[in-house]
Amino acid sequence: MARGPVAVIGTGAAVCVAALVLLPLGAVLMRASTWPAFAPGDGQAVWFTLWQALVSAVVSCVLAVPVARALARRRFVGREVLITLMGAPFLLPTIVAVMGLIAVFGRSGLANQALAAVGVPPLSVYGAQGVILAHVFLNLPLAVRMVLQGWQAIPAERFRLAESLGFAPAQVTRHLEVPMLRAILPGAFAVIFVICLTSFAVALTLGGGPKATTVELAIYQAVRFDFDLGRAALLAGLQFALCALVAVLVWHVVTQAGFGAGLDRAPVLRAQGVGPLLADGLAIGGTAVFLLLPLGTIAVRGLPGLLELPDAVWAAAGRSVTVALASTGVTVATALALALRVSDARWGAGVIDAVALLPLATSGLVLGTGLFLLVQPWAAPSSLALPVTVAVNVAMSLPFVYRLLLPEARVLRADYGRLSESLGLQGISWLRLVAVPRLARPLGFGAGLAAALSMGDLGVIALFASDQTATLPLVVQRLMGAYRMDTAAGAALLLVVISFGLFWAFDWWGRRYATV
Amino acid sequence: MLQFDDVLLAQDDFRLTVDWSVGAGARVAVIGPSGAGKSTLLSAVAGFFAPRRGRVLWQGADLGPLNPGARPVTILFQDQNLFPHLTLALNLGLGLRPDLRLSAAQKAQVDTVLDRVGLAGMGARKPPQLSGGQIGRASLARALLRARPVLLLDEPFAALGPALKAEMLTLVGEIADETGALVMMVTHDPADARAFAALTVLVAEGVAHAPVETAVLFADPPPALRAYLG
Repeated sequence: MARGPVAVIGTGAAVCVAALVLLPLGAVLMRASTWPAFAPGDGQAVWFTLWQALVSAVVSCVLAVPVARALARRRFVGREVLITLMGAPFLLPTIVAVMGLIAVFGRSGLANQALAAVGVPPLSVYGAQGVILAHVFLNLPLAVRMVLQGWQAIPAERFRLAESLGFAPAQVTRHLEVPMLRAILPGAFAVIFVICLTSFAVALTLGGGPKATTVELAIYQAVRFDFDLGRAALLAGLQFALCALVAVLVWHVVTQAGFGAGLDRAPVLRAQGVGPLLADGLAIGGTAVFLLLPLGTIAVRGLPGLLELPDAVWAAAGRSVTVALASTGVTVATALALALRVSDARWGAGVIDAVALLPLATSGLVLGTGLFLLVQPWAAPSSLALPVTVAVNVAMSLPFVYRLLLPEARVLRADYGRLSESLGLQGISWLRLVAVPRLARPLGFGAGLAAALSMGDLGVIALFASDQTATLPLVVQRLMGAYRMDTAAGAALLLVVISFGLFWAFDWWGRRYATV
Repeated sequence: MLQFDDVLLAQDDFRLTVDWSVGAGARVAVIGPSGAGKSTLLSAVAGFFAPRRGRVLWQGADLGPLNPGARPVTILFQDQNLFPHLTLALNLGLGLRPDLRLSAAQKAQVDTVLDRVGLAGMGARKPPQLSGGQIGRASLARALLRARPVLLLDEPFAALGPALKAEMLTLVGEIADETGALVMMVTHDPADARAFAALTVLVAEGVAHAPVETAVLFADPPPALRAYLG
């Protein structure tokens, strides 16, 4: 197994991640000239941040269970396509997602037109409800995918055993599905809760004002408008403490399902009767409409502008792809090293697990600002915009990819750890022959996730990029700011196509590799 | 010679003491009630369970410092003996070179062994496509390739029918003859012990008793064995 080299690499990776997260935070704190103080309204921001994150995460997880269950037990034409598309909103560059939601739920959007037709006054997509709507839109698919993977990870043998024992559906739920959900949902909830806790672009566009400002937005305002690094660092520390607290609480709730190994046959999950069929149809259909309608409107709006994009957009697209591929490579390698190290369950696994989730607790803006401050003495900020973006993107996607890999890595250890050891299969050979093939599915999905997140990231780059180093999301945002809406929509569509293309390519590789 | 030198295996409430030795090339059945520590005894030899006290030695050398893969041991588990994503040929190849960089001669050797255990031409199949008996044969084929002097069987054939199990035991016997291996086999079935092993170790009440002749043991079972046999 992975005694020696893999364990050492995993520990080294954890040290690097901890340094990447903590050093910039320290740099920002050092830079603050005076002892920082909170501004009025910061308490309100903390309160809003917490409850909107709680509501968003609970709604996403609760809705995800029936949808994932329906997808797990139904076979229909277009199921694979739908599952891939379900991943879309989470992968959608946030700025584009907000554009789509406004098109559907905005004042003159489809939803309000329908409401007006039956005489109901229009709903506003701005404020707290808009922030929560956008968070559910962006995170429900992630929850569905995580729960669906959990369902698929229950070996067919277990379902067959249940069937042979004459289990009623309620008993299948109790003995097979509830343990799986207990293992998967706390992790899904924690991830979504923390995403919403550190949400920036959604709050910037749909929130704002005293009643709908998140801590992350307050950090942005402190850096961008007041250049008050001290207060930004203080807020970042506060955010960090909040997220770390959540992570510790949830860490104790996360259990392992422990279903044992099956022989990789297709899962058999059956449901008979009209009731379940209607419920599943509603779950799948409703989710598909909710998620796909905004995406559709973006496509319709962007298509005409796509053919006449200026060269600057294409150049920015090239830079974004380079950044995305670089950060994907580093993210996946690091996440794999960490997951394998933690699944080994020797000393320090708990600490390394916490380190892997550490970036979730931090603010991308503060991380980027800190990195600039750290490297500033040696290089000009504009020449570092892209490398710093890569580093921040790695930090931001690492926890997700790690979370995807860890349960599968544990299963791998439990099922094939002793066999590998008894055959003397270790180090690189073990990675090549056992770990990568057995983990291909989550590796491919994780790589796609990292690539798309990096591709659509609009955070620290907004603070420091010049025209020569602008990424595609930043170009979209600048075009929108300049009211060149046709070009902006075209560039947004290009961004979506590349993001999804990268995700699809990696995910397809993983699924294909896993079945060969 | 495999020697347990004042060994104590312990975990939580579990205790098992072992203090005896058995010669190379012997065939030993390990019998006793569930939870008595039969599998743990084998795990200690294979390197998955470190003794709290004492040493396990092979030909006078302490096995303690050796990783499982470096021990002169092949172990077959109850299940999960093959990687489902690798073909049979590759699963067997792991027995020759764990990094699977096989020479032409080694590939030919894999084919020969597949043929030897009655799986000729099935090298390209993957484990999910095989029956239980075929998986058992493939696992034994890899043991043959590894040719380690100690072969540990932790009930790999428990799920097979009597005829198939007898067939497997015959194959184990042939492989043990070819490689000269010491075989230790966990079993629940006295018939297996009688048919296969000249010696039997009784594991009960916290002690793995020294091996005695199987026929003698079953002719006059001690109280612990009598309780188990019912």
